[in-house]
Amino acid sequence: MAFNVKKSVMLALIQDLGRFGYQAAGLTTGGPMDEMAFRWGNALLNNDENASQIEITFGLFSLEAQAPTSIALTGANLGATLNGQSILPWQTYAIKQGDVLSFHQPVWGLRAYLSVKGGFLCQPTLGSTSTVVREHLGGLHGNGAKLEVGDSIAYESSNEHRQMRVPRHHIPDYSQQDIPVILSYQSADFSTTDHETFFSSRYRVSSHCDRMGYRMEGTPIGKDIRGITSEGIAYGAIQIPQDGQPIVLLNDRQTIGGYPKIGCVTRAGGDLLAQRKPGDLVHFASTSIQQATTDRLQQLDHIKRLFSPHH
Amino acid sequence: MTSPKPTIEQVNEEAYLLRFGNHINEQTADQILWTTRQLKRLHDIQDLIPSYTTILLTLKTQAEQPHKLIGEIENILNASTEQAALPLDQRKTVVIPVYYGNEVGPDLQEVAKHCQMTPEEVIQRHSATLYRAYTIGFTPGFSFLGSTPDELHIPRKRTPRHQVPKGSVAIAENQTAVYPSVTPGGWQIIGRTPMELVDWSSEHLGLIATGDSVRFEAISREAFLAQGGELDGF
Repeated sequence: MAFNVKKSVMLALIQDLGRFGYQAAGLTTGGPMDEMAFRWGNALLNNDENASQIEITFGLFSLEAQAPTSIALTGANLGATLNGQSILPWQTYAIKQGDVLSFHQPVWGLRAYLSVKGGFLCQPTLGSTSTVVREHLGGLHGNGAKLEVGDSIAYESSNEHRQMRVPRHHIPDYSQQDIPVILSYQSADFSTTDHETFFSSRYRVSSHCDRMGYRMEGTPIGKDIRGITSEGIAYGAIQIPQDGQPIVLLNDRQTIGGYPKIGCVTRAGGDLLAQRKPGDLVHFASTSIQQATTDRLQQLDHIKRLFSPHH
Repeated sequence: MTSPKPTIEQVNEEAYLLRFGNHINEQTADQILWTTRQLKRLHDIQDLIPSYTTILLTLKTQAEQPHKLIGEIENILNASTEQAALPLDQRKTVVIPVYYGNEVGPDLQEVAKHCQMTPEEVIQRHSATLYRAYTIGFTPGFSFLGSTPDELHIPRKRTPRHQVPKGSVAIAENQTAVYPSVTPGGWQIIGRTPMELVDWSSEHLGLIATGDSVRFEAISREAFLAQGGELDGF
């Protein structure tokens, strides 16, 4: 049984946690731009953590169910409706045959996650279903294509539904402007003034923002810094090209590069940034690796405990 | 021969940059290749990106006992300083057939002019050198091969092409490469190979892995076509 795609105008992609082990061959990892939203989705349905979901960017996407199941919506509020009735993210919904699920436009955040009981059934390419359009890899047909009208995305039908919601205090605040950054890579090569500028000014999300990276606009930094020998680019790396405008490299980033990097946004920071639209303002806030690691492990633990017997 | 001890720096919650000094040379490349092979055997490593003087290592989310793992990585780094150069016969050599010609190598004449030699001399020098794959990136299977002979050094094109045909063989600065798929590109294109550089069904994906030796072999237009080469694309 399947969801049939009735409308697909912007960008809707099959994603699992990512394609790992192939960066040495130049492949990117893909995976959900808002990883915590994705993880909560699978947790709400008691799915495997890597079960495939649909990442819907912006909205203008509509599906019709062919069989009963249970779904979870997490991430952005894209004005979703179920048979015309508004529904909110961060909880599960029972689905009957013939139900129409539609995503309209952003109310809060930019990317929503639709998960289904047992996960969408999709053949992995190189160990992952994650769609990477640029590499023509993954997704429903294995060729990196985004979801289109006429596509049928299969799932195991189920009459079992459990009403679940993410506790309110764990729902992220997508309007939060502070994006935590770990100083690393070439941070010591940047001047004190560069550091002050970077952490005290506001940066605007430019129109050049996609799954590969977010180009920011603001006070330029690192004017005198030279290129480096090409090296591996970690998730969240903030590269500073010659024009001094930071580019935050996210899920579909290139594997290596020769621009200097002032550090990395944390995974939680990248999740927040991925929910921002062109024109939105953010502020980079310095954090330590220890703090970022502690926060991340704590968040993963909260998700894991949603279904633990002691909860 | 002893190499300097690499340093290890955590760059985000899960990734570590291992630095092997600042010099791009065969000794460093051998040390990186040896280290990469050792690291592959460890559990809980999600990805490795070897490059010219670094390896970026990413741990799996929620790796068990990351401290113990970092200890094991440090032991490997210590041992890497004592590794002798890897004998050439222990490295794979990939031979890539190339049709060098104006119709598939639109920059061949300009390269010859820049290097003050004939196109035939460019071809002879490019195909007489044994290269090494220093790193892979940019696009899947794109291998950065070094080093080209001094007399072939040439800057990238001022304006990159929007579309470089698949299989294009190109040079820039002291490096050479084959474009495994159609992408934008700013390198000087001197020929084209009929060979597929990325095999999606193989475990390594790319025909060339970091550390491999690579040699180019000039072939005729007829041989290029007979091996499935295509002439269009520009």
